[in-house]
Amino acid sequence: MADEVKLYGLDGSPFVCRVKIALNLKKIDYKFVVEDLRNKSADLLKYNPVHKKIPVLLHSGKPISESLVIIEYMDDAWKGAPLLPKDPYEKAQARFWAKFVDDKCIPIVFKAIVSHGEEKDLAEAHEQLQFLENQLNEGKKFFGGDDINLVDISATFIAYWVGAAEEALGLKLVSKDKYPKLTEWCDNYINCQAVKDGLPPREILLGFFKMWFATPNSFVYNEFLNKSS
Amino acid sequence: MEEDLENKSASLLNYNPVHKKVPVLVHNGNPILESLVIVEYIDDVWKQVPILPDDPYQKAAARFLAKFIDDQCIPALYKVFDRNGGEQVIAEACEKLQILEDELRLNGKKFFGGDNINNVDIAAAFVAYWLKLLEEATEIKFVTGSKFPKITEWAEGFVNCQTVKEVLPPREIMLAYYKKRFNKI
Repeated sequence: MADEVKLYGLDGSPFVCRVKIALNLKKIDYKFVVEDLRNKSADLLKYNPVHKKIPVLLHSGKPISESLVIIEYMDDAWKGAPLLPKDPYEKAQARFWAKFVDDKCIPIVFKAIVSHGEEKDLAEAHEQLQFLENQLNEGKKFFGGDDINLVDISATFIAYWVGAAEEALGLKLVSKDKYPKLTEWCDNYINCQAVKDGLPPREILLGFFKMWFATPNSFVYNEFLNKSS
Repeated sequence: MEEDLENKSASLLNYNPVHKKVPVLVHNGNPILESLVIVEYIDDVWKQVPILPDDPYQKAAARFLAKFIDDQCIPALYKVFDRNGGEQVIAEACEKLQILEDELRLNGKKFFGGDNINNVDIAAAFVAYWLKLLEEATEIKFVTGSKFPKITEWAEGFVNCQTVKEVLPPREIMLAYYKKRFNKI
């Protein structure tokens, strides 16, 4: 039990994926416990009674929920490969941008995808994406500079899920013309080994999105709309 | 630095171009935004009086609860007043408050932070002070001492802390503002 790490989740969840990537970066061995969201395990309900959602990290028998809270916990508990800057101001900036991605960017980008690119949603999504594009303006490879940090990880959905949704929908949201830095960041990010090892196969995502756009009441993505983080 | 939210200063818009909101803390010319991010920044810079627990697991638990208060609890409470009461919105708000009530019962201490205030207590300041004033201004009362004894006791302790007392806005000002906002004048 001591030091054992378990991650409760689903392969298709971008929020679970965040934690997988962080575990890979920190080189932490863990056991992945697959959850069926239509039939949540007694463990999941016990470990996350407030939200009853994935991901949940279990470390030495103690549960932590909410993907960004989990990642900060990991940075406090395991000192190798820091995921947040040391400097308090830089750390605050990282927390601000991760929260921005989580609270503002992802929901509106997802909404624009769900509405099949409805004008108002698209305009709002572009407004938020532009803030991210501008954050990369100092010639940074990642939001964390030379290395991946909390902000990069928080934006995994933008780097990978959006591309699959765009292909399934036939709609381009994050184009190279409009977002040269962001598209370059996407390529750099998803080609990092620690990230690659955590991402679900593209065909699975494409399959999910195609099925979901055909039948919008699909359970799994209704759960997503309530956010699994 | 006092801001007029109907006429935001150039400084505010310069420091917070993303959200254009208060609060903004400026330290050594650097702006920090989002109240809970600011609280953690303060804890990182000034180490004398810790606001977050030291232990990583307890720190994670505190962050989780503060986030829950911010993302779920407070919006659910506001909804009650925005929707002018109503059984369903009140039930949803009470469901969120019950989590806080249970947490206080479980830890059995004066504050969420134990004997001293921590980031969770600070995150819940709205529940301790502003909520009562909203109830009074709108005459929609649902957070009673009998339903939420622990929260009621905690709120009393919290607003009577010297450091908290010194920064709370005067009752009359908030009451007048809420009466106007919810058209109760």
